Amino acid sequence: MKARSALLLGSLSATLVAFALTSPRVIAADKVDPVADAKAFQNFYFQKFPDVKHEDFVNGPYSMNEDMKRQWQEKEEFPPYEFALDAGKEMFATPFKNGKTYADCFPNGGIGIRQNYPYFDTKEGKVVTLELALNRCREANGEAPYSYVKDEMASLTAYMAFTSRGKPMDIKIPDDPRALAAFENGKRYFYTRRGQMNFSCASCHVQSPGERIRAEILAPALGILNAMPIYRSEWSGMGTTSRRFVTCNSQTRAVPLEPQADEYRDVEYFLSYVANGLPISGPGARP
Amino acid sequence: MKRSLPLAMLLALSLAPAARAANEADYKAAYAAAEAASKEAAGMRNQWTVTVSTLAAAKKAADGGDFDRAVAAAQEAEALAKASIFQATSEKDAWKAMEIR
Repeated sequence: MKARSALLLGSLSATLVAFALTSPRVIAADKVDPVADAKAFQNFYFQKFPDVKHEDFVNGPYSMNEDMKRQWQEKEEFPPYEFALDAGKEMFATPFKNGKTYADCFPNGGIGIRQNYPYFDTKEGKVVTLELALNRCREANGEAPYSYVKDEMASLTAYMAFTSRGKPMDIKIPDDPRALAAFENGKRYFYTRRGQMNFSCASCHVQSPGERIRAEILAPALGILNAMPIYRSEWSGMGTTSRRFVTCNSQTRAVPLEPQADEYRDVEYFLSYVANGLPISGPGARP
Repeated sequence: MKRSLPLAMLLALSLAPAARAANEADYKAAYAAAEAASKEAAGMRNQWTVTVSTLAAAKKAADGGDFDRAVAAAQEAEALAKASIFQATSEKDAWKAMEIR
């Protein structure tokens, strides 16, 4: 009887040990792991384009095509975003009606901080982008918010990006399940097909960077937001990250979401995080 | 025999259902179905631009009294909306296949 009990107890223990050893692996398969995701994301591009210097991915299509790169480098002597940059600098320094300025709303007076946006606000439980923070600053100081897609918002973010040029993207994901959920939600948005064209962001910017789509060369997704905001010849003007998401959606024949919708904030969080370590290059210029 | 053939043809033609022009009631039914599907797609945050424009075209045709065209456009809009619903549903899991790992 004792032998039978010992046998039963032994087999039970063995089962429990086996279960304990295997279950973490099952959980790990579904676990949100931004560090592993970012590593895989960067490696994908580094291996696909071994001749492109890592820091060059932030230059979008110019990193994929030598002829375009030479033309762009010449254009950079008198860059098309220069007017926006000057306007942004002036706006940034001009006090609100209450005497305060944008500098009062941001760490380090708003200078050289672009690489830390977007961030996850643990109080709000949501992602806060630079564009959103700028409008919140305006509203907190009794000013009307700007349009998220162009004009003043593009000028302000152009100036803030310019003061951060060369600084490596440094997005943090706090140990908070809501932050991990936002990252995962952004990732899902990035890979989800939408619109009548049945395209996801990844269809162009993961599967086909360097390829032509009509007359354009597609940019790699890696570092794509490091150059924001951008002057686009196609727009004949400046556009923000919000504008880029909205027009991408429209091009796939999907009705765009409202600028700064949770999904857009989350996909910006995802794309910025996976570009950690790559330099800020904004404001940029694109065809 | 010679007489029976034209008679048979006449009989067949008279029995064949005549193509009826669509009326306002047909349009309203088709538009309501399309609008319901379109709202469902919008609720899934996966509305297509072509659904919206085709629905607008249906309304414009109906306003101009062209109910044949209005019904056809409404039916097309419904099909587009249903396709977008299918896309949103299947992509709930399908997106993972595109992920870089």
